[in-house]
Amino acid sequence: MDLTWSAEEEAFRQEARAWLAANVPANPLPSGDTRAGFAAHLEWERALFEARWSVVSWPEAYGGRDASLWQWLVFEDEYHRAGAPARVTQNGIFLLAPTVFAFGTEEQQRRILPRMAAAEDLWAQGWSEPGAGSDLAAIRSRAVRDEGAGGWRLTGQKTWTTRGAFCTHLFGLFRTDPEAERHRGLTYFLVPLDAPGVTVRGFERLDGDEGFAEVFLDDVLVPDADVLGGVGEGWRVAMATTGSERGLTLRSPGRFLHTADRLLDLARAKGPGAHRDRVVQSWIEAQAYELFTLEQVTSIVEGRQVGAESSLNKLFWSQLDIALHETAAELLGPEAEVDGPWSRGFLFSLAGPIYAGTNEIQRNIVAERLLGLPRR
Amino acid sequence: MRFAVTEQDTALAEAAGEVLAKQAGAEQIRAGWPGGRTESVDAVWRTLAGVGVTGALVPENADALTLGPSPGPGLGLGLDENALPPLMEMLGRSGLPVPAAEIVAVGAPLLAAAGAPQLPSVLEGSALLTVSLAPDAPVPFGARADLIAVPHGDGLRLYSREEVETEPVDSVDCSRRLARVHAPAGGGLLLAEGPAELAAAYGRGVLATAALLLGLAGRMLELTLAHVRERHQFGVPVGSFQAVKHALADVELAVRFARPAVLAAGWAQAAGDPETAVRTSMAKVLASEAARKAARTAIQCHGAMGYTTEYDLHLYAKRAWALAADWGGPAQHREFIARRLGLAGGRTVQEATEESRANGGAAAGPGIVSEGAGT
Repeated sequence: MDLTWSAEEEAFRQEARAWLAANVPANPLPSGDTRAGFAAHLEWERALFEARWSVVSWPEAYGGRDASLWQWLVFEDEYHRAGAPARVTQNGIFLLAPTVFAFGTEEQQRRILPRMAAAEDLWAQGWSEPGAGSDLAAIRSRAVRDEGAGGWRLTGQKTWTTRGAFCTHLFGLFRTDPEAERHRGLTYFLVPLDAPGVTVRGFERLDGDEGFAEVFLDDVLVPDADVLGGVGEGWRVAMATTGSERGLTLRSPGRFLHTADRLLDLARAKGPGAHRDRVVQSWIEAQAYELFTLEQVTSIVEGRQVGAESSLNKLFWSQLDIALHETAAELLGPEAEVDGPWSRGFLFSLAGPIYAGTNEIQRNIVAERLLGLPRR
Repeated sequence: MRFAVTEQDTALAEAAGEVLAKQAGAEQIRAGWPGGRTESVDAVWRTLAGVGVTGALVPENADALTLGPSPGPGLGLGLDENALPPLMEMLGRSGLPVPAAEIVAVGAPLLAAAGAPQLPSVLEGSALLTVSLAPDAPVPFGARADLIAVPHGDGLRLYSREEVETEPVDSVDCSRRLARVHAPAGGGLLLAEGPAELAAAYGRGVLATAALLLGLAGRMLELTLAHVRERHQFGVPVGSFQAVKHALADVELAVRFARPAVLAAGWAQAAGDPETAVRTSMAKVLASEAARKAARTAIQCHGAMGYTTEYDLHLYAKRAWALAADWGGPAQHREFIARRLGLAGGRTVQEATEESRANGGAAAGPGIVSEGAGT
C-alpha cells in the first residue's frame, strides 16, 4: 500500500494547477447544453487544447501529453477543484476515443482523433432509440449495404442524444443483419450530421436546457471507412465503450470531491449543526469513491481487466451525486428552489441513474456477473 | 501510488484463513455461545497464535524487550497496520468468538511496548486478553478474559481478572461475554497514557473492528447467495427475482466501497498520515453501515429461516450489530469527522483543536479518541 503521489505526479499537478489558475474563466460559463453556452464552452476547450490539456492521456501525436492513468487522475482532480467548465466534448473524448484507440484502423485514428482533441469535430452518442434505451440490443435503426455506392445506407431514429443539436458528428449502432440474434448483426458507424438525409431536432430536457436531440436518418450514405471495428461487431465494440461511460473515464472522482467541498463550505456558512450527519455522510462517500477509484486504477495499471465492476462505479457515483445535491437543498432551505448551481446540479444529478444504462440494469449486472445469481 | 495489499500482508491473512477453514466450523463458532464449551474456541485461538496472528503488530525482538536478553526466538511478526485489514477481514468472516481486535490490534502491541511480563502468554494464546478504551462501556469478553485493560486514572491500565470486579451483561451477541468492569484505585500496569498514545491505540481498535465488519458482511452475503440460488419459490430460484438481486447488489456495493476505505485507514496509520484519525473514522462508518445492511438484507432474503437461531446466519448478524456499535458507532464517528471538518457548533477546526488541547485531548472523540493526536 502506498497512497503518496510520486514527485513526477506532484510536478504534473503543480503545472496543471498553475495553468488552470491563470486560465479558468473567472465567471462560470452559461450552460453548455444551450446553443450560446455551447459556443462559449468550445472557446474554452480550444484554449485547453492549445495548451495541450484537452486530452492529457493521449499520445503526443494526437494532441495529448502521453500522461499515465495516475497523471490523468491528478489532472481531473485539479480541473474540478479549479472550478473549470464541464466538458461539452466529453462524449467524443471519453466514450468514442477509447473505442477508436482500441478498435479503429490507423487511418481512422489519424483522421478522427486530432480533430476531436482540438474540438473541431464534435461527437454525439447515437445509441438510444425511442424503443431502445438501456436495452441497447433492441435497436431498430438499420444499415443496408449499397455495393454500387461502396458503403452503407442508414435509416432510422436516434433520440435523447446529448447536445445532438450542436454537434457535428454522431457515433452509433445500426442493425446490419436483421436475421441475426439481437446482440449480433449490429455494426458501429460514424456519421457526419451534415450528410444528406440527416435531420436533427433539438428538444428540452428536464432542466429546461435544449441539450437533447432526435436524429432522423433517411437513407444516409456512409462509406466503409466509417465502420468502426468491423461489420457485425457493433455489440462487442460498444460494450468496450459502456465500461468507460459507467466507470472511470467519464466520472473521475474529482467532480464529486469538488462538489463535496462546496457542500462543506455551504454547511459551514449555514452554521452549527445544520444537517451535519448528512453533510458528513455525503463527504465520506465522495472520499470513498476516490479510494475505490485508486484501487481500480491500480488494477488497470497492473494489467487486470475491469469488467462488470464499472457497474459498481455507476451505481455509486450516480447515487452519491443525488445525495450531495439533496443535502445541499436541505441546507439551503427555501433558497433551494432558486435557479443556480445547486438547483441545476440537482436536476442534472437526476439523470445519473438513467443514462449510461439505468441503475436497474446495473444492479442486474452486479447480481448476475459479480454475484453469480441466475438470470431467470 | 499503489493501492493494493502487499503479499507480505496477505500472507498472514491466508495462513489464518487456512487454520480457520480447518478448525473453525459452525461447531466451534456455536461453542462460544451459551451452552457451548469455550475450550474448543480457545484451541482454535492457540493455533492461530501459533501462525503469528496474535503477534502481527508486535516487534520481532519483543521477547528481548520484555524478558531481558534471552536466546529465545522472537515473538512478534513486526508487521505494521497495513496487515490489519486483510487479517481482520479473514477473522471476521469466520465468526470465531474471540476479542481479535482487542488482542491483535490493541492489547498485544501495547503490552510489548510496556514490557509487560504477560506478553508471552497472550502471544501464545494461553491467556485471553481484552481491552476497552470507552470509559464505563461494557467490556467485550470482560466476563471471560484473563487479562483486562480499561481506562483508569491517568491512562489505560492492565489488570488480571482477580484484580477487578466484573458484572456480566447480556449482549445481543451472547458470545461476546460482555461485562461491566470496576477497577479499584491503584493496581494494574500502566499500558498507555497521554492523548497521542491513547489515540493511536484507539485508532487501531477502530480499524481492526471495521475490517472484522467487512468480513462479517462478506460472509453473510455469501450465505445469502447460496440460499437464494438453492431456494425455489413459484417454480424458480428466489435469486432470479429482480427485487432479490437488487437488494443483494446493494450489499455488494456497500462492501466494495467500504473495503478501500478500510485499507486506506490501515495505510494512514502505518504511514503516520496527517489525516489518519479522519480516515479511520470514515472506515468505521462505511464498514458498520455495510455490515448492518448486509445483516438486514440477509435476514430478509432468507425469509423465516433467517429469523431463527437454528440457522447459522444469526451468529454473524448479531456479531455485526455488536461490532457496528462498538469502538464508536457510525453517528459518533461522523460527529468526530464533523468537528475535524469545522462543522461543529460554529467552531473552526482551529478552535476545536484548541479546545481539545485545553481538555488534555482526552474523551473528545468517539470513545477515548483525542482530537489532538494523529495530526
